[in-house]
Amino acid sequence: MDTITASPSNPTAVPTDLHHLLQRITGDEKHSPAAHSTLDVLWVLYDRILRIDPRHPDDPNRDRFLLSKGHGPAAYYAVLAAKGFFAPDWLDDFAAFESPLGHHPDRQLVPGVELSSGSLGHGLPIGVGVALALRARRSEARVFVLVGDGELDEGSNHEAIAVAGRWGLGNLTAIVIDNQSSSLRWPGGLAARFEVEGWTGRSVDGRDHDRIEQALSVRPPGHPNVVVMEVEPR
Amino acid sequence: MTTLAPPSMRARFTETTTTLLDIDRRIVVLTADIGAAGFAEARRRHPDRVVNVGIREQLLVGAAAGFAMEGFRPIVHSYAPFLVERPYEQIKLDLGHQGVGAILVSTGASFDASAEGRTHQAPADVAIVSALPDWEIYTPGHADELDEILRRSARHTRNVYIRMSSESNVAPRSTVGIEVVRRTEPGQPAVLAIGPALDPTLEATTGLDVGVLYSSSVKPFDGAGLRGAVRGTSLVVVEPFLEATTAGLVNEALADRAMRYTYLGVQDRELRHYGTPLEHQRAHGLDAVSLRNRITLAARS
Repeated sequence: MDTITASPSNPTAVPTDLHHLLQRITGDEKHSPAAHSTLDVLWVLYDRILRIDPRHPDDPNRDRFLLSKGHGPAAYYAVLAAKGFFAPDWLDDFAAFESPLGHHPDRQLVPGVELSSGSLGHGLPIGVGVALALRARRSEARVFVLVGDGELDEGSNHEAIAVAGRWGLGNLTAIVIDNQSSSLRWPGGLAARFEVEGWTGRSVDGRDHDRIEQALSVRPPGHPNVVVMEVEPR
Repeated sequence: MTTLAPPSMRARFTETTTTLLDIDRRIVVLTADIGAAGFAEARRRHPDRVVNVGIREQLLVGAAAGFAMEGFRPIVHSYAPFLVERPYEQIKLDLGHQGVGAILVSTGASFDASAEGRTHQAPADVAIVSALPDWEIYTPGHADELDEILRRSARHTRNVYIRMSSESNVAPRSTVGIEVVRRTEPGQPAVLAIGPALDPTLEATTGLDVGVLYSSSVKPFDGAGLRGAVRGTSLVVVEPFLEATTAGLVNEALADRAMRYTYLGVQDRELRHYGTPLEHQRAHGLDAVSLRNRITLAARS
């Protein structure tokens, strides 16, 4: 299966071919803002960060990526198709009865999808479990969980943030897409909510591929890592 | 005559689980403070596989699911309301919908914590877990049954809910299917007792012309066993949880027979009394004296 890689002429932009895949899902000119908020981050993850081989999606040594913010998954499906996890023609009957690709991803139906998501606030607690399990097995694999700033309203996240920080889960990285969806906002900033529990945190421009890569490459020993990706307000 | 109190399920749970941790590296135990002290010694031996997350039940189930995704076999323990009711969506999604399995073991049952009040009581736990697909549900009536069910569950990867209770029968029984405790004659009514409801049922039916059946397993439910054992047209079910929790399973097993069913379980109301478990049994008509009257009435009509 052909896979899409970054364009040599413009390596810091999402390749045109990926946009074409995305359009096969959404139809021309119709874009869900939630899908777009994650596009650059997902692309950089799969193109530069995650050690995952689409030919061996169950490799025990692979990095784990859990998309907790499962609504608006078009960008996710497009990136997975671009990287060869499934054939691009799967994108054409998005959310049809027989389609494996629905409005919320199902790990039982889609190769490469690690988490069935949709209901908010489930990915980070599960990610803590995965990180603990990998630690118990002395695995070097990393666990990335992508959440939204609105999703962090759910209290279950804060159970996970406290425990991951206190136990120093250095193999865990939380990626927060901040498009200012949280109705009541986060005074003091999102990263601070993690840092007070012992995480290392930073905020970067969620459209700047090099900065995204740089932030996600950091693996501070003994501390979980949070990267807040600032994108346009919803 | 002195009767030895039956061994505590809760103590046996800690013992058996500790043994499983020692012999099987896939086993991981997760607690949310409740019951954690019992695993302090095991935690020293297996620091990565004995996990106490503090008072965080959503994380408790979510983290168990994460372990299960990585091929571990989680045993998750708390008080029934905090294990099953509070993180119900985590049970539905993080385990069931992800397609991974854990063993949830609760303590407290319907009103073991009679003096604690409604907050610590979960009469509907079995009913709500029953509403989720593909769960096995056991209500052991004795510590030996618990031990057998737990060891068996540790060997597979399905979702299992085990409901322990401080109410216990004097003798252990089968953990698989329907056991005939007292044979019925053709035409006689039968009484099916679930888990710890057996001993009060046996006491209540002494001298009555009724058969007595036992099951510690709610799901899978031994419909074929029930069909073989029921020889009359009246069946009384005594269940230690919300009344009529098993009605669908029982009716399905005997769907082609003209039967009269009576379900005797915990009533669906706010009792707003403290006191002892026996007083709660009386309030719900589940003590031996009340049961005798109710079973006699059901069997006569």
